[in-house]
Parts: sequence; C-alpha cells; structure tokens
Amino acid sequence: MIEIKNVSKTFLSEGKILEAVKDVSLHIKPKEVFGIIGFSGAGKSTLVRCINLLERPSHGSIIVDGQDITSLSPKELHKARKNIGMIFQHFNLMKSRNVFQNIAYPLKGRGQNKNEIKEKVNALLKLVELEDKAKAYPSQLSGGQKQRVAIARALATDPKVLLCDEATSALDPQTTLSILKLLKQVNKQLGITIVIITHEMAVIKEVCNRVAVMENGKIAEEGEVFQVFSSPRQEVTKGFIDTTSVLHKIYDLIETSSPVVQLKPGEKILKLKYLEKKASEALISIISRDFNIDCNIIFGSIEIIGDAPLGGLVIIVSGKSGDIEDAINYLESKNVEVEVLDID
Amino acid sequence: MIEWINEILPNVVNKVPELIKSLNQTLYLLGISGSISFVFGSILGIILTVTKKGNIYENKFIYIILDKIINIFRSIPFIILLASLIPLTRAIVGTAIGTKGAILPLIFGTVPFFSRQIESALAELDSGLIEAAQAMGTSSMGIIFRVYLKESIPGIVRATTITFVSLIGLTAMAGAIGGGGLGDFAIRYGHQRNQIDVTYVTVIILLIIVMIVQSLGNIIIKKTTH
Repeated sequence: MIEIKNVSKTFLSEGKILEAVKDVSLHIKPKEVFGIIGFSGAGKSTLVRCINLLERPSHGSIIVDGQDITSLSPKELHKARKNIGMIFQHFNLMKSRNVFQNIAYPLKGRGQNKNEIKEKVNALLKLVELEDKAKAYPSQLSGGQKQRVAIARALATDPKVLLCDEATSALDPQTTLSILKLLKQVNKQLGITIVIITHEMAVIKEVCNRVAVMENGKIAEEGEVFQVFSSPRQEVTKGFIDTTSVLHKIYDLIETSSPVVQLKPGEKILKLKYLEKKASEALISIISRDFNIDCNIIFGSIEIIGDAPLGGLVIIVSGKSGDIEDAINYLESKNVEVEVLDID
Repeated sequence: MIEWINEILPNVVNKVPELIKSLNQTLYLLGISGSISFVFGSILGIILTVTKKGNIYENKFIYIILDKIINIFRSIPFIILLASLIPLTRAIVGTAIGTKGAILPLIFGTVPFFSRQIESALAELDSGLIEAAQAMGTSSMGIIFRVYLKESIPGIVRATTITFVSLIGLTAMAGAIGGGGLGDFAIRYGHQRNQIDVTYVTVIILLIIVMIVQSLGNIIIKKTTH
C-alpha cells in the first residue's frame, strides 16, 4: 500500500545541514497497522510527513496505492491527499467550526449535496461515538473527544491510508487506550491501512502488526511486533522494551542488596525470557516437578503482544546444583532465554 | 428646556444644520476610505502573511519589498502625508481639496496600519491547522479563505475596530486640507473662534461613534469566538 523507497530528508537550518531521514526504505502492506517507534528527534515524524508530502523528500520516492506521490502536480497532489487521512498530536481542529463542520470540512467542494454530506458526517459521528456532540465546539471537548473528531474528519473522504503522527501522545493512558481501540476498529471495519508514529512502546504493543524502530534518521530494525520485541537486535529496541518491562529492575535489587534477593545456600536467581510464543506451556510446573527443584517467582512481566505472551520471570530456584543445571538446559531447549544472576 | 440648551450651548444651536452636514461628511469619509482601506489592507496583510518564510506562498522578495513599503508609510506622520500626497490625489481624484480630496490620503494613512494589524491577526493562527488543511487536500487558495480568514474572524474584527477608531482620528485631521467633517467643524468654530461648546459637542459625537463601533466589534467577536 505504501512503498517508501530510499527516502532522505535534509533540512537547512541556520547554515547547518540536518539529516532528519537517511535513506529509509519501507514497505507497508495493505490493511496492516504499521508502527514506527523512536525517541524524539529520531526522524519518525519527518518520515511520516513525507508520506503525504507535508515534507517533500530530498531524495527517493513514495508510492501510495500505486501512485508515485512525489511526481504529482499540485492539483493531483490535493486529490491524492484525500486518499491519505492524517491525525495529529494536537488534534488540529478548526476552533471556529463545530464538530459537524469540522468533519464536513474535507467534504466541501467535492460535488456532494448537503444531504449527502449530512449523512456522511452523521455516520462518522456514530463511528467515533460522538453523535451527541455534533453542535459542540472543539473548546468544549476533552482531548480524547477532540482526537475522535479528528479521526472522523480524517476518514470523511474514505481514505485508504490513515497516518497517525503521535496521535495519543497528548492523551492520558486511559484515553490513549480508547483511541487505540477506535483505530483498531477502523482498521478492521473499514480495512484502512494505518501508520502510527509514536514514542510509546505501549501504543505499538496495543495495536500494531509490524513495527519499525527508528534511530538517527534510519530504521534500526523492522519486523513483526512480537519478533522485534521478543528478540531485539539493537540497543535502541532494548531501550524501548525496558520502558515497559520491570524485569531489568532485578539488577537494581541485586545492586542494593535488597532482602528480596538474599539467597540461602543452594539457591540461584534466574531471569527467564520467553523468546517464542510458548509461554502457555506450563514450564515452571514442569521444571519443578521433573527436575525436583523449588521455584519461587519473585516477579514477572508478561504481556500479550500480537496475540502471544511476551515477557519473562525472575525466579529463585533451590535444589541440587546438577538438577538446576538440567532445568536450565531444559528451559533453553524450550527457547526460553535463561540468565543466572550473580550475587556477591 | 430650550432656554437651558441655549444657555449651555450658545454657539451650537445656531449651527445645527452645519453640524449635521459635518457629521455626514465624517461618515462619508469613514465609509469610503474605511471600506477601501479594509479591502486593500486585508489583501496586503494576507500577502504579508503567506509570503513569509515557511508559509504557503513563501517569497522572500515580495515579503521584503512589501514589508519595507509598509514601514515607510507607517512612519510618515499623517499631516505630512496629507500634504505630500496632494499631487497624486489631484492626478487620481481630480482635486486635492475638500472631502473628495481627503479620501486618498486617508487610505494611504490607514492601509499600512491595517495590513500590519491583519498580519498579526493571521499570525495567531495555529500552524497545525494549515498542516491539517494541507493534509486534507486543501489548495493554497483554499487555505487562505477557508482556514486563514475563516479561523481568524475574531482577530480580523478586532483589527478592524482598532483601525476604524484610529481612522476616525485621521478624518478629524483631514479638516486641515478643507476635508470637512467634524474635525474641521471643531477647529473652525471651537478652536479658531473660541466657541468651547462646539468643541465639546463634536467630541461627544465622535465619542459616541467610537463607542458604537467598539461595541459592534465586541459583539461580533463574542459571537465568532468559540
């Protein structure tokens, strides 16, 4: 659906050349929810703004729905943009227009009569569950409601693609979830390809099928969300995982010699990480029973990503050292990454 | 009652027809030069805004030229502008004196001020809205009318009110070239013949005009701000 081919974008600011996006190529498939995650300044926003040419790439080409966007005349571009909806971090609703008029904005001048527009807007209001707010002005709405209006407005022209530029970054976690749920619904119900730009790991986990991790204007890694986050290859990806997982806290606990990690003779602390979609197997029970060791779960962090559990556990095991060895080997054979933590 | 009026406004009572004539002239000057200035000032203000760096019709050359011209005209005191424009007024209007002769200088005195006001009203617009409009496939012309102008109505009304009030002040000065109007009336009788009551009455009338314009502006601003 979207083909980004060797796109670079350089800015000239105060005599300095700034390379925001460096030779990025991506293929976003029809009807998928594709996430681009990166810390601020990674170039992700610039990249997504290249897709509808709010920023014109310095090099490379962008093909949306079979059409090379970069080669269009201004008039053709205006038309092509109706096929690419966009929502923003700060919603960008028109203050002087009420909810109805905001959603109707992109419908004007397309040869539709008043009734057709009214019908369309009402259907969109229903979709975003704001039927009772048609006459309200943006200043009377909450952040979540504003973003719902923005989504309805972006969908008014029946686009095939929806770009979300940090669309949930100004919202609280609960509202973020409700907006993400709506995006998911839009994706499933209308079959719209969605590109989500975010710096929040939770957003990617919640809705994306595939993800690209961006750093310094380049794609650090790319793939299925579960794949990328279960076995991250790049430091930047690991950094994002640490923002949501509590597993790394064990290192702090050990460093401060917390009572939680005081071991008796024969005990060992293990950090387990699931690398495959197999956490449903009763691994802890199995090693406890078959290898005759006791397992004490200190804490864990397991989340469901792309319908599979991802995360791990920190456990204290006690038993004969040979049995512990065997248990570790067994776990590793089941594709669980095992780290034996040293306690000094 | 009549006696009382005769007593406190001895010089005004016998000039009522002339006072009304002056008021009409003032309203005529305000109407003509105000509406022409509104159109030209708006256009220039829009051009200033959209040719600015990073905007939809970014054009350094046009922006700088326009910016400088406006600055030059704004720094000329109106009374000097009145005198220096006499040849141009004569060429365009046919006469440089009287009410007709005052219109052109009034426009020259108002347009630069108003275009700056419009520029700053439009500059208040959140650039995110322009981006959103572009993303929705709005053409650049569409952005001027459907976003810049539509979304800035309260700011534009505020600019118009401020400019109109200062234009009232300028029309009073136009009396200097025989432009007529209330200012002329006040200078001729109130000042030169020391008929203080004439001055007071004209001041009160001008004050009422200002107040009407101001409250009208405020009503529109209130209605269009959401």
